[in-house]
Amino acid sequence: MKGLVDAIRRHRVAAVIAFLLVFPLLMPYQALAINILVFGLFAVGFNLLFGYTGLLSFGHAAFLGVGSYLTGIAMVSMGLPWGVALLLGVVSAALAGLLIGYLAIRTRGIYFSMVTLALAQIVYYAFYKAERWTGGENGLRGIQVPAAEIFGFQFDFLDPTTKYYVILAFVAAALWFVSRVLASPFGAVIEAVRENEKRAAACGYDVARTKLLVFVLSAAICGLAGALRALHLSVVPIDSLHYLLSGQAVMMCLLGGMGTFFGPFIGAGLFLTLEDVATTYTTHWMAIVGAVFMVFVLFFPAGVWGSFLKRIERKP
Amino acid sequence: MSSTIPIVEVEGVSKRFGQFVALNKVTARFEPRRLSAIIGPNGAGKSTFFNVLSGAFPPSEGRLKFKGRDITGLPQHGFARIGIAKSFQITNVFKQLSAHENVRVAVQMRKSRYELFKPRAAMAELGERADALLERVGLVALRERPAADLAHGQQRALEVAMALAAEPELLLMDEPTAGMSPEETVVMMDLITALAAERSVILVEHKMKLVMGICERLLVLHHGEFLAEGTPDEIRHNDDVKRVYLGQG
Repeated sequence: MKGLVDAIRRHRVAAVIAFLLVFPLLMPYQALAINILVFGLFAVGFNLLFGYTGLLSFGHAAFLGVGSYLTGIAMVSMGLPWGVALLLGVVSAALAGLLIGYLAIRTRGIYFSMVTLALAQIVYYAFYKAERWTGGENGLRGIQVPAAEIFGFQFDFLDPTTKYYVILAFVAAALWFVSRVLASPFGAVIEAVRENEKRAAACGYDVARTKLLVFVLSAAICGLAGALRALHLSVVPIDSLHYLLSGQAVMMCLLGGMGTFFGPFIGAGLFLTLEDVATTYTTHWMAIVGAVFMVFVLFFPAGVWGSFLKRIERKP
Repeated sequence: MSSTIPIVEVEGVSKRFGQFVALNKVTARFEPRRLSAIIGPNGAGKSTFFNVLSGAFPPSEGRLKFKGRDITGLPQHGFARIGIAKSFQITNVFKQLSAHENVRVAVQMRKSRYELFKPRAAMAELGERADALLERVGLVALRERPAADLAHGQQRALEVAMALAAEPELLLMDEPTAGMSPEETVVMMDLITALAAERSVILVEHKMKLVMGICERLLVLHHGEFLAEGTPDEIRHNDDVKRVYLGQG
């Protein structure tokens, strides 16, 4: 068992892609599978900042939303092809991350969380008010990926299976990127900053610059998740920027296991499946999800994957 | 012949916290490749002086020079980069990381700070250097242990290894034997003496006896002000110093 887990951890990107390739077969319907892909990536991006660097942002919905909206606006208002629009969404989210991060890293602890939350709310209202571009309360509608023929293959984004695998290709690339960053020298620096800022600075690392760089990377990953979500839903609801989604990123990370590579994805899967099942029984699904969340925080603070790893490591 | 350039000089350095004057116009110079100590009774301003020397905070007034170059106001991370490393009074390590990773990440600073794509597994020389440093402070057998699981004295030794990782010309140590057992203290003092053979070391210490035997120069502070400076013998026979220490009991 330990050997298998070690192999999975060593080839973590390959393992997660292999799983995601067969994942739609395990799910009741494709839309849920795609949602888990998108929010899994969102949680992975958030975890880079929260789990690995130790910074609790309460404003990450801003980056998901900016990614969604800018992709949507590029396609609907500017008529750009979806690939270019996607890139624009990611770059815009990264720029939003640079701005919000620049202001937020001057603070610590609860103040950092509050500053990110406040700035994200400003983003929410800015997009809400810019009705001409964003559709305001009604959301941005009319995002369509046109059907095309590539190398003789019919490519129809309206087909859920095609859509799943196209989105998976982007998610896989992003996961590979995150995995590389975590295994890089910089990945060691961010963990050092999480463990002890004072010592990291005394070692000669510029803590503020390191934090800002992670913040931007995290925002870009979350922006990609948002951009993919816009293509998936064909609309961008104004809720994409709501702080509820920022809170969900925290919950997904904690459920799955913060500071682990697989944890956020597992957390996202668990959260969305739970939501999906609970909503069929009651409109108060939040109460059920909330109860499960509390059980985890109280009894399994390391999350599903984190607790599993601890268990494996204890038994040689 | 010109005299040697001091490794570090402070000129009229003061540090105020609001109304409180922790350090008042202290001027001192430290010669290179020496083991020096800053001593004084409790509340003398030793830790404040240490924090100014090591870059934890800039002085309220006065200048700080390293090898003749003015470094007043240099940010904390700049100190390690120009060759000034420190160990803290309260142990500061990366608790959840292994002893080896603690030192490895400290070694890495000289090579790579913002590389996002190179796998660090390919930078084997950093790991080897970390192991050599762990060997030097006697921790190589515990390399896989999380730092939090190490005994107090071992964590302090780990900090020394991390400070050495920056290849400092000047090593600053704030009460390096605080909280240590007598046995651990002996080991640490031996290590410090050995380290001082290769570089400048400045200790902050309030146990006067401990430093008298091994240091070449002593600087005595009292109530945030310069009181005396000299060899251990000169300090021992200095009337001001006697008064301050005897007055304390």
